[in-house]
Amino acid sequence: MELLYAITTGVLTACGLYLTLRGRTFPVVVGLTLLSYAVNLFLFSMGGLTTDGPAIVSEGADVADPLPQALVLTAIVIGFAMTAFVVILAMRARSEVGNDHVDGKKEDRE
Amino acid sequence: MMQHLIVFPVVLPLIAGILLLYQRQGLVRYKRIVSVVATALLLLVAIGLLRQADSGEVTYYALGDWQAPFGIVLVLDRLSALMLLLTAVLAVGAVVFACAGDDEKGSNFHGLFQWQLLGINGAFLTGDLFNLFVFFEVLLLASYALLLHGGGKVRIQASVHYVVLNLAGSSLFLIAVGILYGATGTLNMADMAIRVAELPAEREGLVTAGALMLLVVFGLKAAILPLYFWLPKAYSSAPAPVAALFAIMTKVGIYAILRVYSLIFGDSAGGLEALEQPWIWWLSLATLAIAGVGVMAARDLRLVVAYLVLVSVGTLLAGIGLGSPEATSALLYYLIHTTLITGGLFLLAEMIGLQRGKAGTRLVKGRPMVQGAVLAMLFFVGAIAVAGMPPLSGAIGKALMLNAAEGIQRLWLWPLLLLTSLASLIALSRAGSTLFWRSQRGSINGSPLSPRQWFGAIWLLSAAPLLVILAGPVSNYTQATAEQLANPQVLIRTLLPEAGDAQ
Repeated sequence: MELLYAITTGVLTACGLYLTLRGRTFPVVVGLTLLSYAVNLFLFSMGGLTTDGPAIVSEGADVADPLPQALVLTAIVIGFAMTAFVVILAMRARSEVGNDHVDGKKEDRE
Repeated sequence: MMQHLIVFPVVLPLIAGILLLYQRQGLVRYKRIVSVVATALLLLVAIGLLRQADSGEVTYYALGDWQAPFGIVLVLDRLSALMLLLTAVLAVGAVVFACAGDDEKGSNFHGLFQWQLLGINGAFLTGDLFNLFVFFEVLLLASYALLLHGGGKVRIQASVHYVVLNLAGSSLFLIAVGILYGATGTLNMADMAIRVAELPAEREGLVTAGALMLLVVFGLKAAILPLYFWLPKAYSSAPAPVAALFAIMTKVGIYAILRVYSLIFGDSAGGLEALEQPWIWWLSLATLAIAGVGVMAARDLRLVVAYLVLVSVGTLLAGIGLGSPEATSALLYYLIHTTLITGGLFLLAEMIGLQRGKAGTRLVKGRPMVQGAVLAMLFFVGAIAVAGMPPLSGAIGKALMLNAAEGIQRLWLWPLLLLTSLASLIALSRAGSTLFWRSQRGSINGSPLSPRQWFGAIWLLSAAPLLVILAGPVSNYTQATAEQLANPQVLIRTLLPEAGDAQ
């Protein structure tokens, strides 16, 4: 499971990074979203991956670390709000500047 | 009451912000009164906290009475009290200036302003790495909206860069926090310091990676060399009161670097001690050099001031790179000076731009100003202070900094810092003579500026003479702060008495 998990996080990060470096706002927004998914997965794995652990601490059992789950929850909420904001911002930029390039340049065709 | 004072810098702007959201537009008078009163109260609270911290005792506030390391704590020591007071002083100037009309150019200015203060104050107080992230996000969200206040093409363009960069930065922050949590098993900074001191050797690499990634994030906030490109455009296009408040934002990054690396990677960290120093030292020198070029190249007064912020970032980071308590003390003095003066200069630039009509703040011939003489005097004071000429505060700050460099460090810091000062001086004299002397002939017309704007600019720029008159007490305080930072054991023992006994 660790391998699958690590590969998923890695692929998401790579795709996110590539898209974030693109010149148009839409790929950049998608890239940032992918990056935040990757980060959430990464945070989640930082408590150590356990399966079938009880959610509430009980004696003797190998419990799942609750803290990363709380962190991921916070990160998801913040990431969601930020994505909503950046989408609106990109649309405003498109309508005010007249094109969707991140630098607002028309002639620059990737 | 007194023991709850620590939580006030977070709760007060929160409540004020909620009150101010009552209506999007309208109720101008009510909103202005609430906002100014809340900011003034914040100033009083900050003064109270500074007096409390000045005793040298570290106090903390455990939210919900959950004790560290499991609960969330707000920690007050000399450094955080100083930063809180600085924020409050800056905010008073900015908010009064905004009441002259800038706040009505868009919606919800005052509410967002208070929330930005909430984020900044929280970041200065928190003793927990993840909460530092949360407060960073709070202040960033408010700053995104404030940067867009009033709208316009340039602001939106600058915002796109600023928001995207900071979102990427937030992702890095989370990764770094995740790594450090995975390697040490805690998020409380004091607890992490203890765990890092006892770190098994095989985890050192992991912690190093996390710590340096944090440095990238803080470097992005502080605008260190390869990560500064968002700053000039964002700061020069932001509305004036917002730009003035943003003067403290780069300092949030510097505060975070000081706090995290002095506490977690201090003397007790073994092989990981001061792992950020070489990076910061060389990058800060490069930042200084580039900022000097930028100041000279800028063709707009706001852009000049934005690059002056960058000069100050380079100087402050060089102080961190020097790594001695004397340097920390010098950098804290310089930090107070530069935050207030650059904030004041942003306000002043707006006032000059308003009086020049179409020419605005561009460094070209414009129409003569109605209140040119007074503005010129204020500009002169600000320019002398920010360029670091005697007799104003910049000279003392710079001299303390130069004095703190030792041996080979002098060889690098002295020429660079002095040349950058020269560059600022040249750029400012050129800007001043163009703005005030090379004006077109013609009748002087236009309306005089509002007293609120005068108050804002004078309030902030008066820091220049005041910091000279009060140089003794201020530098005593910064020295005590630097000593407190060099001995993080006191803070750790206060927060975690049991762990302190075990050591």
